[in-house]
Amino acid sequence: MKLIALIIVILSGSILLYATVDFPEWADPASPAHMHVSPHYIEKTMEETSVPNIVTAVLADYRGFDTMFETAVIFAAGVVCFILLRTFKKEETKERLYRHTLTDITIRLKDDEKIPSVLDEFERIDTQWTPYDLVIKTVCRILIPFIQLFALYVIAHGHHSPGGGFQGGVILGASVILLAISQNLRIALVYMREKVHALLCPIGVLIYAGTGALCLLLGLNFLDYSALASVLYVDPVTARSHGILLVEIGVGVAVMATMIWIYNNVSSSGKYDEGL
Amino acid sequence: MIWQLDLVILTLVVVTAIGAISIKDLLGCAILFSAYSFMMCLLWAIMGAVDVAFTEASVGAGVSTVFFVAAVFRTTRRTKD
Repeated sequence: MKLIALIIVILSGSILLYATVDFPEWADPASPAHMHVSPHYIEKTMEETSVPNIVTAVLADYRGFDTMFETAVIFAAGVVCFILLRTFKKEETKERLYRHTLTDITIRLKDDEKIPSVLDEFERIDTQWTPYDLVIKTVCRILIPFIQLFALYVIAHGHHSPGGGFQGGVILGASVILLAISQNLRIALVYMREKVHALLCPIGVLIYAGTGALCLLLGLNFLDYSALASVLYVDPVTARSHGILLVEIGVGVAVMATMIWIYNNVSSSGKYDEGL
Repeated sequence: MIWQLDLVILTLVVVTAIGAISIKDLLGCAILFSAYSFMMCLLWAIMGAVDVAFTEASVGAGVSTVFFVAAVFRTTRRTKD
């Protein structure tokens, strides 16, 4: 069976390699893709949208419909992870471990037994708990605000430099994931509760689609941001630039929430109790 | 485009790709896959597609590795085949 699979892979691989001969040369100016649309983007982007980064303008403006459904795909990925993994059923013998922070004594509680909330020197620990490394904990705590600041910069500065909603959203989500890894899942859930990130996910898509629908309401085509000129009190060209920013924020929110959602579901196998 | 640098990165891409599919340890596979993604990111950057390189670095080498590690943590570390 392995041999047959190997033969099929080698055959299809060699056919694909053979097909690449028909491709135009790398950066060939005479190739079809560089003949018709590319010159328009390169020459007209600045005067049509006032966005220096052509990639951002193409992604969010000229090909805005594509990006909207990309965001919808990411949202769908988050929902699928949620549906497949999340469990709400309580286990029969649920044991929780608590550690007395002053003496390092660990106690085990079953089912509904509780520690009086007055005693705050007990902290809940995972079953596979290892003592936290002070270096990792401190470095992550210092780094996380800077990572989040950088993520916001990437989203907001996507017009002028590489980056945009997707990358910024992923970095923003990664900062919360870093918190969950360096501390534990419950602490990350305090800052970003399940309801919050599950709601932010569709809200991001809604911001994107809502911007498009607003353009439709103002009398132009779906996602034609120049319609926003009358709402934002700017000229149509600047309105397109601002519309791209609005859309990027929507993408960023959706991607951030989805990354956190997927990570929480995978690492706690749907229980939202004990994570990685 | 410096062809020596290109050659080194392309060789590393092939090495990490073959390593990722042949290794038995799934955690090591996740790390190799992350290295592969990072090499691809360098390739995109060399070819001038900075936006794609940025996405590859953040999604491919960053977050997806964390997802793999989390999945390995919740399942088994060794593969059967």
